[in-house]
Amino acid sequence: MSKVSLAVNVGGLKLKNPVLTASGTFGFGLELLPYLELNQLGGVVVKGTTLQPRQGNPPPRLVETPAGLLNAIGLQNPGADYFLAEILPELRRHQTNFIVNISGNTVEEYGILAAKLSVPGVAALEVNISCPNVKAGGMVFGTDPALVAQVTRQVKSNTHLPVIVKLSPNVTDITAIARAAAESGADALSLINTLLGMAIDIYKRKPVLGSVTGGLSGPAVKPVAVRMVWQVAQAVKIPIIGMGGIVTVEDALEFILAGATAVAVGTGNFLNPRATIEIIQGLEKYCLDNGIADISELVGAAHISC
Amino acid sequence: MANQVLGKIIGQEEAAPGIYFMEILAPEIAAQAKPGQFVHVKCGSTYAPLLRRPISLHSIEPQVGKIGLLYQIKGQGTKLLAGMRSGQAIDLLGPLGNGFQLPAGLGKALVIGGGMGVAPLLPLLQALQAIGKPATAILGFNDSSSLLRVQEYASCAEKLLLTTVDGSAGEKGLATAPLERELQTAEYSIVFACGPEPMLRAVTAIADSQGIECQVSLEAYMACGIGACLGCACRTREEGQERYTRVCCEGPVYDSKAVIWNE
Repeated sequence: MSKVSLAVNVGGLKLKNPVLTASGTFGFGLELLPYLELNQLGGVVVKGTTLQPRQGNPPPRLVETPAGLLNAIGLQNPGADYFLAEILPELRRHQTNFIVNISGNTVEEYGILAAKLSVPGVAALEVNISCPNVKAGGMVFGTDPALVAQVTRQVKSNTHLPVIVKLSPNVTDITAIARAAAESGADALSLINTLLGMAIDIYKRKPVLGSVTGGLSGPAVKPVAVRMVWQVAQAVKIPIIGMGGIVTVEDALEFILAGATAVAVGTGNFLNPRATIEIIQGLEKYCLDNGIADISELVGAAHISC
Repeated sequence: MANQVLGKIIGQEEAAPGIYFMEILAPEIAAQAKPGQFVHVKCGSTYAPLLRRPISLHSIEPQVGKIGLLYQIKGQGTKLLAGMRSGQAIDLLGPLGNGFQLPAGLGKALVIGGGMGVAPLLPLLQALQAIGKPATAILGFNDSSSLLRVQEYASCAEKLLLTTVDGSAGEKGLATAPLERELQTAEYSIVFACGPEPMLRAVTAIADSQGIECQVSLEAYMACGIGACLGCACRTREEGQERYTRVCCEGPVYDSKAVIWNE
């Protein structure tokens, strides 16, 4: 039995350890079964789910950038009904928390999705108001505090599950958005989603991505993400799930010390499908080596000396 | 079942200018791999380049636990790969993807590749030879300096036809010219193809016009290689329904009739 407690509580969502997978980078979790046991994870945040199936954006959908990745998948997913009928029963075989990331075209749709997905086997909802790769909804909701509040209230009133609002970094002041979500009843916040970016093919003299712009992720965005977690941790009292460029345990620790109660690994899963497991093991070792009995002692610890 | 393994590089040689053949001891992958599958290769230990590189299996030797990769230096990742030496460890995911499907009651097969697209066709030719159905192979290259491991192909094909764009080796022109002739003069039941997209489009059209089944191996930008990111989308048609499928999982080998080609 380990002397270290890695368990955390994220706004009512109890995790055996603070390591999650970031939505859109881990499929529904089942794709990763050849590489790890889902039971080992604090939780899996599944692919963004919409009310109707979505085909996604035309290829090319990916461009590699220095220490980063631009993607424009466009929320390709089979829709909520398919998820409930075909995927959730498979997920229920695994002993971890499955958090469903939901995305609506309208405020009402977020409410419908919340009600529909509040079923056994779903541990929490992550409200995606920050996807930069869809035309309707997506980031539009996440850049206006009034809309953030509306969506948050709508989801809260339609579910008994913990509600995590995922914030966009594509704003001038992320703390204003964070406060709007927290004051409207969000149980926790996820940050950050991807940064809006683009790449141009100099030979074709055209944008590389089929949909011109995309979301930047990977180690390149980590300093921006850590800064935003740091700022938001001081602006709101609800827990934060930090993400953005986490590949190693050192990355995860930066987020925790900046104020994240839990972390999510996204693009890091592409480099190493076992990144999450190695981070969990690394967190335990860090705590043991540093005399930390409970990982929660580290949350926001970097703020103390400032 | 795919694996994440540390293979051991046991050979690396330049097969043509800028094109390398790397042999790796990776018994877990060699034991399971099928022609047309690929491995997702970590090319360096830093974040530049960030992602793994998908590389098709050019040789599969389960008895000795070896796999071989034939790859071209195109960017940072493959440049790093070319700098690796025998004895070094290499992080691989694989075998990945759906390979070539050999239908029941397979008749006479024709295998056609262009440029680097010839790479996954060698193990396919070997598999066809192993079941007593050696195929005709058509390999197309730009010029005589870019010919790739032609002797190896010749040793497992019933007949080998070479083309070069400049005519410096084999027949002058594109590989699709002998393809048309072959399909008209011999009783082929299936075509397997890998190469640049314009070539695959042309091969598909020729096979279709002859009413011959055709499987094509596609390439796409990939992030995860294992079906999670949905980055490697290919527009396909199944039972009248159009949708994006994943080249890493539903492909890289597709029935050519399912592929909706870019205009």
